[in-house]
Amino acid sequence: MSAPALDSLAELLLSEAKRNGATAADVVVVEGDSLTVGVRLGEVEKVSRARAKHLGLRAFAGDRSAILSTADFADAGLRQLAADAVALARVTAPDPFSGLPDAADLSSAPPMLDLFDAAVGEVTAEQATEWCQAAEAAARDADPRITNSEGAEFDAGAHLVVYAASNGFRGSYRSSSCSLSCVPVASQNGAMERDHWYSVQRHLAKLDSPESIGRIAAARAVRRLGARQVGTQEVPVVFDPDMAGSLLRHLAGAVSGGSIYRGLSFLTGKLGERIAPPFLYVYDDGLLAGGLATKPFDGEGLATRRTPVIERGVLTSYLCDTYSARKLNLRSTGNAGRSVADSPHVSPTNFFLPAGETTPEAIIGSVTNGLYVTELMGFGVNATTGDYSRGAGGLWIENGQLTYPVSEITIAGNLLQMFKDIEVVGSDLVLRNSVASPTLKIAKMTVAGN
Amino acid sequence: MSLPVTTEPHRFFLDRFGLDDRALEATIATAIARKADFADLYFEFRTSEAFVLEEGIVKKAVKNVSQGAGVRVVAGDKTGCAHTDDVSVGTLRLASETAQAIADGTTAHASIAVAPARPSHDLYALAHTPLDAALDEKIALLGAIDVAARRLDPRIVNVMASLAAEQKIVLIVNSFGVVVGDVQPLVRLSVTCIAEENGKREHGTAGGGGRVEFSFVNDSTRWQRWVKTAAEQAVRNLTAAEAPAGSMTVVLGPGWPGVLLHEAVGHGLEGDFNRKQTSAFSGRIGERVASELCTVVDDGTIANRRGSLNCDDEGTPTSRTVLIENGILRGYLQDRLNARLMNVPLTGNGRRESYAHMTMPRMTNTFMLAGESTADEIIRSVPKGLYAVSFGGGQVDITSGKFVFSATEAYLIEDGKITRPVKGATLIGNGPEAMNRVSMVGNDLALDEGIGTCGKDGQSVPVGVGMPTIRIDGMTVGGTQA
Repeated sequence: MSAPALDSLAELLLSEAKRNGATAADVVVVEGDSLTVGVRLGEVEKVSRARAKHLGLRAFAGDRSAILSTADFADAGLRQLAADAVALARVTAPDPFSGLPDAADLSSAPPMLDLFDAAVGEVTAEQATEWCQAAEAAARDADPRITNSEGAEFDAGAHLVVYAASNGFRGSYRSSSCSLSCVPVASQNGAMERDHWYSVQRHLAKLDSPESIGRIAAARAVRRLGARQVGTQEVPVVFDPDMAGSLLRHLAGAVSGGSIYRGLSFLTGKLGERIAPPFLYVYDDGLLAGGLATKPFDGEGLATRRTPVIERGVLTSYLCDTYSARKLNLRSTGNAGRSVADSPHVSPTNFFLPAGETTPEAIIGSVTNGLYVTELMGFGVNATTGDYSRGAGGLWIENGQLTYPVSEITIAGNLLQMFKDIEVVGSDLVLRNSVASPTLKIAKMTVAGN
Repeated sequence: MSLPVTTEPHRFFLDRFGLDDRALEATIATAIARKADFADLYFEFRTSEAFVLEEGIVKKAVKNVSQGAGVRVVAGDKTGCAHTDDVSVGTLRLASETAQAIADGTTAHASIAVAPARPSHDLYALAHTPLDAALDEKIALLGAIDVAARRLDPRIVNVMASLAAEQKIVLIVNSFGVVVGDVQPLVRLSVTCIAEENGKREHGTAGGGGRVEFSFVNDSTRWQRWVKTAAEQAVRNLTAAEAPAGSMTVVLGPGWPGVLLHEAVGHGLEGDFNRKQTSAFSGRIGERVASELCTVVDDGTIANRRGSLNCDDEGTPTSRTVLIENGILRGYLQDRLNARLMNVPLTGNGRRESYAHMTMPRMTNTFMLAGESTADEIIRSVPKGLYAVSFGGGQVDITSGKFVFSATEAYLIEDGKITRPVKGATLIGNGPEAMNRVSMVGNDLALDEGIGTCGKDGQSVPVGVGMPTIRIDGMTVGGTQA
């Protein structure tokens, strides 16, 4: 449907909600198209096209609220949905902290953020197949030990988001994204290892070349061959950028206002305190042009912004939506995430640790005996306490050199201590994901093995 | 928004989307117009609701309707798919044309006449769908949970309770002329307690459900047991010691710890990985992959279980598949594409998260059969080790066989006795190796309470796990205490 058609659906729902007695309401409509193409061993394995639309209405009856969502856009159904939403809201409990943001705080002039590339939606299955074939071929040609493949995949999607609220907000934006990934399998002496590499962008032209994705994926799979366990010991641990990014995701969860007011964060009560060394900075930036989590306004119509989360090692801000901000007596940071079928929740935007000055080679070179982590597995992270214990794999560092691969080990510590123990920040930040970090070295963790 | 449980899927979808059997036949005929092995249509209408309590009040009430159709065409190992949520004769024809683009050439298929069939199982016929229960009863249950949890221990400072219920109506039509539908209820209650003492905070979680009526989770002995489990776990963790690190004997309690089998064995036995020869279990049928004490099955036919289905999402009746028998690898879990290419029978394990997802081989309820030892004998046999009774999530790399899962409730075993609680224990191992180190199997098989969700390729489906108490020698435990 066209943007004006979706706008008029939103208007219909807002007026129907009001007519049924809602004191306030908001509507999110999302429509999207997607293409997935998979290639394995040179042949097309899957081609999938989808078109989906979904809308959600949140209705307030004073301090009470409810959300109804549907993929059925027929007029009669929508009128019934509005009546049902108000009726459901009336039976839930009043919550004085609930409600839409004040009209005065709403985003007024959405900035140009470079989120949409029409070329993404014009990719044909044939083009995508060629890119997948090129990526997989590059992986299979890179090393004779690449003996099998789980294939290569191209995904493209374009979305239109419309948000309207009874406080007067009206906004919409289009965004696109595309990705290419490759998963080769390496084998040696009867043992197999797989790994992957990928590129994700809003603009088609910015994707890494299929050949480089394939070559890197192959190198990552091959370097795992012959992995062994190491003995249980305490050593320095160097996280490669993707694995360091996982630590940033734990941090983003811990600074979320929703986790803080529920007491489910190891950073509860730490605002304004030093939680990391003085050279450490972390930002949440919803305005980064072309960023994978950039958007002109958040899920409640508030302007997105750049929020310093850690400056000089001090926790300077939590990330809040309107509800958690009211609970914590703070102001929203424009971090309301919103899915159609759910109430707003705190969501980081582009959340990253800026690059430092030390090359990853120099960081590895600084370790006499330790672990370079390239893989983490499992869910052994307790957000409430920060207790951390995950399955790990990577390469062992001896005398400043990467030596043999290691696997079937765990690394353990506590996130609060791990952030304090960050010794060096690498110079290699790439915003490959919306949450990203350069290489990080942590002074000491427990490695468990045989 | 709920529908009567007697809804007959075939009639329901024809009425809802203004279709008739001729339209279904024409759509399938378009889908299979080129040289393809088979094609299918999958119609879905899902209604769901969720209520969430925290800080003593129901803060969230959500209801959702999703609907749509997927068309799939399979030619050899190629799959073409198209999904739409705007279902009509016209959109189905477009979707069929899109899906069949992966197939080559034209071929004259015999005309297809659809023949409605009933699934061979009837595992969750309910008098009322879980959506039908009165709203105030559901809200009252969440309130009662909050009160009960806080009453159990003054250190419980917050309670989160959520109730999620759904009914999914599906209809599968394929190019063999089969038309089969199912109405799938699902309910889940989850309780999280947060305990606080001297500025330290811990949480504990428990819950359950299945393809059952609301009255199942509203049964007070049942939900009170879950509340007690969650509260005790939270309070116990306040004083739990750091977990040990290193290689040691591990005893896993009955029930939910069966997630070990799901990770260490189940995923590696899914047909797609084995057809592609990328699983650590590939090509090993008939070989020893576990100690002879281990017999592991996947059974989608257990009444009212979360992982059970009358038929899979390809219309195949679910079944009980022996994966490992006395330590010998016997079979894989199959969907239609992989069974066809491997030339083996269907097992009823073709599943998809929704109409907008692709079908893959997936588990249903995966568990190990009971052995002969008592739980007490098993614990007494361990001089020093770890006893783990509850777990968070797990993950596996099916190619290397490495798996990991994290205990949320665990104790030290010292001189054959359970002593102190420990926290933060992650277990890591290699599937076939760990299964070969199973040295005792208990007689106390239990299935989990109905809380499992399995993720694969970004798709989530409800599953069940189960296990008796077992002893595994020489597992790596990843705590902080070296």
